[in-house]
Amino acid sequence: MPDATTLYLILPEITLAVFGMVILAVDLIWRERSRAALAWLTVLGFVIALATALLGWGWNMALFAQMYVVDTFAIFFKLLAAIAGILVTLVSLDYLRDRTPYRGEFLALFTFAVLAMMMMASSASLLMIYLSIEFLSYMSYLLTGFLREDKKSNEAAIKYFLYGAITSALMLYGLSLLYGISGSLNFADITATFAARNDVPTRIVALVSTALVIAGLGFKISLVPFHQWAPDTYEGAPTPVTAFLSVGPKAVGFAVLLRVLLTALPAFKNEWIALLTVISVLTMTLGNLVALRQKNVKRLLAYSSIAQAGYILIGLVSVNLNGASPFSGLNGVLIYLFAYLFTNLGAFTCVIAIENATGAVEIDDYKGLVKRAPFIAALFVIFFLSLAGIPPTAGFIGKFFVFGAALREGFLVLAAIGVINSVISVFYYFSVVRAAFFEAGKDTAPIRLAPPITFSLVVSAALVLVMAVYPEPFFNLAAWSMGMFGVAK
Amino acid sequence: MTVHHFIILSAILFSIGAVGVLLRRNPLIMFMSIELMLNAVNLAFVGFSRFLQLVDGQVFVFLILTVAAAEVAVGLAIIVAIFRARDSVDVDEVSDLKG
Repeated sequence: MPDATTLYLILPEITLAVFGMVILAVDLIWRERSRAALAWLTVLGFVIALATALLGWGWNMALFAQMYVVDTFAIFFKLLAAIAGILVTLVSLDYLRDRTPYRGEFLALFTFAVLAMMMMASSASLLMIYLSIEFLSYMSYLLTGFLREDKKSNEAAIKYFLYGAITSALMLYGLSLLYGISGSLNFADITATFAARNDVPTRIVALVSTALVIAGLGFKISLVPFHQWAPDTYEGAPTPVTAFLSVGPKAVGFAVLLRVLLTALPAFKNEWIALLTVISVLTMTLGNLVALRQKNVKRLLAYSSIAQAGYILIGLVSVNLNGASPFSGLNGVLIYLFAYLFTNLGAFTCVIAIENATGAVEIDDYKGLVKRAPFIAALFVIFFLSLAGIPPTAGFIGKFFVFGAALREGFLVLAAIGVINSVISVFYYFSVVRAAFFEAGKDTAPIRLAPPITFSLVVSAALVLVMAVYPEPFFNLAAWSMGMFGVAK
Repeated sequence: MTVHHFIILSAILFSIGAVGVLLRRNPLIMFMSIELMLNAVNLAFVGFSRFLQLVDGQVFVFLILTVAAAEVAVGLAIIVAIFRARDSVDVDEVSDLKG
């Protein structure tokens, strides 16, 4: 029986597990009309999880035989997970009501997906990493294929599933090699082993397994060359699920990658930096170039989110935790992920609002949008400015810290490629804005917004702007969140 | 039988599974190949576990087996949904999403 402290620290996970099961049970019992309340029950669960996650702030404890860590770094990602959960639930209300009678199941699966994200953020052993990643993957596959009658949704799910199963097998093989060579599943023991043993065979096996682990996590983060599933899955999945996939699994994928590389494999830092630098350049460039010729907004945002992963990777490549510089790379990753969460969810919320009203997701259908829905059109500009990294938006702050870290570490070429890519990205982001503002559309009926969608749009847009004009609290939040690595607070 | 035998056999099985996934086009066969990859990993874990005289590798294998069962449930559910919508499960014919 775990002691009271342990239970206190895993309260957010307990909350979500309970809420997920209650939603499933209540969905069976309640009549059709009262099921609308299920979404509010889900939101309540996320709010409680958010509050209880904050209770554990500053504890830094390893639980369950050192397999599960609750530190400020994990809590940072739990906050992200809960916020993403709240916003996605709010925007999914109308979308689901129009398309499926099984809303309770959807909300339960979604609650479990957020629970899996929280568990990933806290994982500190090879076993927990495997279990939590698979947990999140299965929930994502089911959510992607949730519209069972819809051929596109099915196709998105099977592609996602096959890619996911293959990469998770690759990662698992890497984990088994890592276990064999280090004799432990625990990160601290693995670090100690590699610090003591440095012969060539050990290094070769460790490098192979590092590459395999990066493959498995690269799939979740959608890094090139493990990105092929992303455009198809993003296009075919129900749009709220796409919004979730583009921020949730990506953010915690980075959390696990950071934790594994920095706390279990620091002995091979030079090698994984070299590998990730190449991946980062490929990811940014391919994502941006292919996005240029997209006609479907969901697909465009899919390639855009691949490119964004490349930028975030620059921060990971330039991690340097020595010294008190404001550009440690790690804080760049955290700030970028925080900015990206609100920006990308906001952009997808606009897409969902338009899709709810018109059913259209092609760029051509956005012509004349400014007359039909000036509010959405204006917010689109804000979110796209942020995605492109133009001030005064949160995306600029994120890119500032990420590129700043690259410059500090002397990766001038990498930073230059990142900046060039940001410029390229302006073209395709603004192809949508041009269609919305400067071209006349056939349909001129105004688009109405449901209150929950308006709320989440306003919250996202407000945070995108506030982060830009008053970044200090977010900067401090990122700095505190690096506690686990023994960094200056 | 040393640990090398286990690891080499595991590598061979894993490669057969990986080649199967890449070459076959029927999702059920791809599925079986993935299971072969997972079982190759299990063999490696058991081999290492015996070599290291530690049980945690064996525990890992139990959990992989359990999770693989869940994976089959999810995967088959998706395949059944596709078959109902299209009367075919060949992955080359499942290609509405392009660009």
